[in-house]
Amino acid sequence: MADTKLISKIPDGPLAEKWTRRKSEIHLVSPNNKRKLEIIVVGTGLGGSSAAASLGELGYNVKVFCISDSPRRAHSIAAQGGINAAKNYQNDNDSIYRLFYDTIKGGDYRSREANVYRLAEVSSAIIDQCVAQGIPFAREYGGYLANRSFGGVQVSRTFYARGQTGQQLLLGAYAALNRQIAAGTVKSYPRHEMLDLVVVDGQAKGIIARNLITGQLERFGAHAVIIATGGYGNAYFLSTNAMNSNGSAAMQCYRKGAYFANPCFAQIHPTCIPVHGEQQCKLTLMSESLRNDGRIWVPKKMEDVMKLRKHEIKPSQIPEEDRDYYLERRYPAFGNLVPRDVASRAAKERCDAGYGVNETGKAVFLDFSEAIQRLGHQRVAERYGNLFEMYEKITDSSPWEEPMMIYPAIHYTMGGIWVDYDLQTTVPGLYAIGEANFSDHGGNRLGASALMQGLADGYFVVPVTIGDYLSKKFAEPRTDVAIKEFDEAEKAVQARIDRLFAIKGKTPVDVLHKKLGNIMWEYVGMARTEEGLKKAIEEIKVLREEFYKDVCVPGTQYEFNQELEKALRLEDFFDIGELMAYDALNRRESCGGHFRLESQTEEGEAKRDDENFMYVAAWEYKGDGKEPELHKEPLKYEFIKVATRNYKD
Amino acid sequence: MEFNLKIWRQKNAKAKGHFETYHVSGIESDASFLEMLDILNEQLIREGADPVAVDRGCSSSGPVSFDHDCREGICGACSLYIDGRAHGPDEHITTCQLFMRHFKDGATITVEPFRSRAFPVIKDLVVDRTAYDKILQAGGFISVRTGAAQDANEILISHDTAEKSMDAASCIGCGACVATCRNGSAMLFVAARVSSLALLPQGKVEAKRRAEAMVAKMDELGFGNCTNTRACELECPKGVSVEHIARLNREFLKAHFSN
Repeated sequence: MADTKLISKIPDGPLAEKWTRRKSEIHLVSPNNKRKLEIIVVGTGLGGSSAAASLGELGYNVKVFCISDSPRRAHSIAAQGGINAAKNYQNDNDSIYRLFYDTIKGGDYRSREANVYRLAEVSSAIIDQCVAQGIPFAREYGGYLANRSFGGVQVSRTFYARGQTGQQLLLGAYAALNRQIAAGTVKSYPRHEMLDLVVVDGQAKGIIARNLITGQLERFGAHAVIIATGGYGNAYFLSTNAMNSNGSAAMQCYRKGAYFANPCFAQIHPTCIPVHGEQQCKLTLMSESLRNDGRIWVPKKMEDVMKLRKHEIKPSQIPEEDRDYYLERRYPAFGNLVPRDVASRAAKERCDAGYGVNETGKAVFLDFSEAIQRLGHQRVAERYGNLFEMYEKITDSSPWEEPMMIYPAIHYTMGGIWVDYDLQTTVPGLYAIGEANFSDHGGNRLGASALMQGLADGYFVVPVTIGDYLSKKFAEPRTDVAIKEFDEAEKAVQARIDRLFAIKGKTPVDVLHKKLGNIMWEYVGMARTEEGLKKAIEEIKVLREEFYKDVCVPGTQYEFNQELEKALRLEDFFDIGELMAYDALNRRESCGGHFRLESQTEEGEAKRDDENFMYVAAWEYKGDGKEPELHKEPLKYEFIKVATRNYKD
Repeated sequence: MEFNLKIWRQKNAKAKGHFETYHVSGIESDASFLEMLDILNEQLIREGADPVAVDRGCSSSGPVSFDHDCREGICGACSLYIDGRAHGPDEHITTCQLFMRHFKDGATITVEPFRSRAFPVIKDLVVDRTAYDKILQAGGFISVRTGAAQDANEILISHDTAEKSMDAASCIGCGACVATCRNGSAMLFVAARVSSLALLPQGKVEAKRRAEAMVAKMDELGFGNCTNTRACELECPKGVSVEHIARLNREFLKAHFSN
């Protein structure tokens, strides 16, 4: 049954021509009309900054919002390893098609062909753009750009700037943004947090934001709104996301009518520094690029495991023949470079079997001794020096001497706001880009593809597609923020804040957030069951009640108040957590990062159910405390053959 | 481990600030400095919610505000001045990369915001660093339009040049150099950007104009002058070298003489 709102707007024609066709159909807006049109961009990571800069450059009036003190702090900055592009500079038979194919396969056949192909198609232009902006990508001695490999692929197509690729790309987009701010086309609102979307006659027309310094609620109107606020991994409390990363803007859009797609697809990254204790609030990622040269293992013998845990032996003392390089053993064709979901599950399997190598039993080794021997100290230092340093600072142990210890952690969310081919949501005039939307990564994202998607959407897709919507809007006057829709939205936000202060409970926000995190990791984490997911839904309900009875939000609204910020975000994380559990419960198959214990092969590999679940699950908000309604967008694979993912041979 | 914390409290930009002393205990030595502050804040929130404790005069000013985000040393948000040093007593780290194992058990630790005329305090340990954004808006970019670039391999850049540019580009914009400098100069920050772009063929075209515009903006915003004490380099979390200041000076002089 076709859903009236879920129209994906995929252009007709052969895959390789779809984007060109769509671009040629899109109505243009003349320069003098662009000046009359206002666009709000929420978020300043790779997607938001690049979109705001490109739209400002086109001549639109852009307002850009971020919660931090500067656009440059957005969490894209922390991406380490690299960005993919189908340049085929290595002459290793890479192509747009192969990048497209790897991404679809890596996503376990749950993403849209047309969107993914476009992503691969524009990937080359991203690298060109970034180099022109002065991004110091790694170079070979001949002066050409260098590449490395990432998980799930057999070519070298990843461009990088040491272990700071995200930082450099974001500084490039931020510089482009600064140029437009200086030119007066973009106005920047740092330390402003979106707290509601304003919809007028069914169309997105503005936002309510809280000035985080004064605490005042402010109204901003526009002809269109772009959400670029990233993912919702912090629902788990412990994740590799930055502390302030949140899913609130996405939830506000969801409550105002935007469907939310595939919420249960969360990525668990295999190479994070293991949890050290109860007081921890943040997990640190070690770049996937380390798996280019690092080998992952646990001991073969249980007695060695026991000795390791008691610190009676050092890992380097365990002889080669007593080590189980389990990824190389199970997946000979890809070895240590299997996709993230596969590597994470394999680590969990070994640890569940009792072979975890630290006191908590939740760690495996990532070993560089062979690479150091093969490449020499200097070349290893050039590739990974800053990552080794970072590891040593945190753990007080040197990867030059002993292997790193790693364990999987929540890292990225593939699910997000549902968008059509134009990246428009089910609310006209509302767009979602980057990690905030759902469209390109299916059930699992490949390494070095998040940066690619953020910049593809921001530089090359949304600045074009939004023109189609705005070409019909230039005659409309600027949105008046004194109308009743803005009044109502602001009143609702005010009521939400007042309610929080009125609770006057005793429990700090973080304590309750940790409890939510425990529920999520336990039941909506790496292995999910029907029983567990039902339990999660129940426990989140109980926890939400506890929150509204006993949370303590100190201070007042009209001051810089980080506890209020956190409390508002946690309210939304409850809803996201619940939505993730509903979606995971509905999807009775294993697929990408979503692993249902009920659906696995005899060898313990994920078992997809294409007959029943080859669709995008788009959820519609039906009111607080009510079950969301499921809408299905069927996925059609016209250009590739759907197969079981095989990384063994 | 346990500690006495002497922390700067200031209600807002206009209020007068003061130090308050707190005690924390049961801290794991592997905890980071910011995790330790999280624990303090949890304690202060609980005390503030407890009328008996409030009557005793506990925690009248609530949890301590401080900027932080990625907690892995790259976003540049965290900005504490600890025991007289920007980002605390360790080399080349951000505050979030400082661990409690670097302190003696029972120590008294003084925590202040980054202090500079150009970075006014917003609350407690949170300062306003939008001056940095303004400097970059004055010219810290290459003027290329989206979609206008030629193939990325068309202009070759030597490995060493790219590496040098990357050294400068690793600046995270935290403000430690300004907080450390006795003149409150932002020269290392400005130089890092100017140098990183001027080293590359793509950035050379606008190098002189960029240097002039950024230095002028820096002066206008109330940052002090550089007197080559090199303190900034020592406290820079990313080890950005003062040699970039020399390159900035060269670009600036070139611009000066060509005008």
